Amino acid sequence: MIAEYFKRHAQTLVFTLGRLYQRPVATALTTLVIGITLALPAGLHLMVSNVNSVGYSWEGSLTASLFLADSVDDKAGQMLASDIRSRESVRGTSYISRQQALEEFRALSGFGEALDLLDHNPLPAVVVVRFKTNQSPDAINATVRGLSELPGVVEAKLDHQWLDRLFAILATVQRAAMIIAALLAIAVILTVGNTIRLDIENRKDEIVIMKLVGASDAFVRRPFLYTGFWYGFLGGIAALILLGIAVALMAGPAGHLAALYQSSFVIRGLGFSSSLGLLGIGVALGWFGAAWTVARHLGAIVPR
Amino acid sequence: MGDIVYLHRVAKRYPGGHDALSDVTLTLEQGEMAFLTGHSGAGKSTLLKLIALIERPTRGQVVINNQNISKVRRSQVARFRRNVGVIFQNFNLLNDRTVFDNVALPLVIRGETRDTIARRVRAALDTVGLLDKERQYPIVLSGGEQQRVGIARAIVAKPPLILADEPTGNLDPELSAEIMDLFQRFNEVGVSLLIATHDVELIRSLPYREIQLKGGHIADRAAAAPYETPQ
Repeated sequence: MIAEYFKRHAQTLVFTLGRLYQRPVATALTTLVIGITLALPAGLHLMVSNVNSVGYSWEGSLTASLFLADSVDDKAGQMLASDIRSRESVRGTSYISRQQALEEFRALSGFGEALDLLDHNPLPAVVVVRFKTNQSPDAINATVRGLSELPGVVEAKLDHQWLDRLFAILATVQRAAMIIAALLAIAVILTVGNTIRLDIENRKDEIVIMKLVGASDAFVRRPFLYTGFWYGFLGGIAALILLGIAVALMAGPAGHLAALYQSSFVIRGLGFSSSLGLLGIGVALGWFGAAWTVARHLGAIVPR
Repeated sequence: MGDIVYLHRVAKRYPGGHDALSDVTLTLEQGEMAFLTGHSGAGKSTLLKLIALIERPTRGQVVINNQNISKVRRSQVARFRRNVGVIFQNFNLLNDRTVFDNVALPLVIRGETRDTIARRVRAALDTVGLLDKERQYPIVLSGGEQQRVGIARAIVAKPPLILADEPTGNLDPELSAEIMDLFQRFNEVGVSLLIATHDVELIRSLPYREIQLKGGHIADRAAAAPYETPQ
């Protein structure tokens, strides 16, 4: 009995797909509209998460520079560096003595001759601190503040402000994406609802006949609900295809941009579970749109 | 044997004030076949609609198969209708489905298994002589054939009562006679039939009761009850 029940539902599922197939142009248009509507917020989400991951990967390479007082000699400086290295949040440190700093500056800056005019070395010794990647910006900030108060440290600098701003912008965009997604979800429901309403209108005679031969409301409702299911499912597939195309189009320029920053960043698509999630959302919206329309319109169609 | 249809002082007034039926009392016995005659507008269709629960009476009692229909809730109407096979003047077939699928509809609605459906649909199509047309669409069939599809659909679930509203209204006399033959055969195996028609010529020669409606009344009160069966 239960097996029969599922078989009947499976038959309706196949039957409604066949009916959609009989009207390929109308089905394709509706599918595309739903696909675009679903792809927009999904694309926005994808963009945000990609930029986020770029941000995090840069954050992993965050370093702080601790400028030491001239009174700290090389030995004390190296001790300080190894001291800091043993901290939990620190991945590594390196000590650059005043002499090394001078040589580096001479070699890299091209202003070496200008230094010769000075009678003493103006550069401070520096401890470069590299942080572990698994930390929030706040935690890193706190650590840096602590380091700046160590004896012998004149100043601690972390160039992170632009990252904070990036994350703030992303959070704003993410919130906007959620609002847009909510609005477009309503749009999907309305699209499916309207399509189903036309379908019901076209099948008025058929519905009357079915009711005349004893069809229950549930029986009459079922094919329309499955039609909604298919619109959502096919719309979801269309959205995934559109996103795939968009990612492929973006991959070239994004890779080029990343190369300019010596980054190995590769633009990422939705991934398997998110793709399933998008399909699931499409199906849920399609089903809901159909159920809502059917509840509003089917009851009014009775044999006369 | 009880009555399969029992109407007691039934009236039907449509919204707008038109009285389609006023004070109709009649019975149809289990296993009886009777004709409902009268001019168009006499109330034949309304009477059938009350029995098929398409309309509800304004006044009076309607009892079908020992069930008082005033007790049938809206949600139970579908289940109730499955005990009544209805045949229409305009056939009411689904033109985007094959003859087989059309006839199968009442069984599909009941949730019968595929095997049962195939067996009983073929039996019904065999009865009306359309077994070779099961894969065709109604649109390519003649009027007489389409009506026989409608009849096959009405009998496929073996309801105890069949209602027919002008079943021969769109058919020529020869085809009409064939349809009447079919009805007689159903009646011989115990099915009750109530057939509305204005084709008096067609039924004059047939040995069945005629219930004549006139302006919403039964014209001949004696005909409202079944003939006395000779002892």
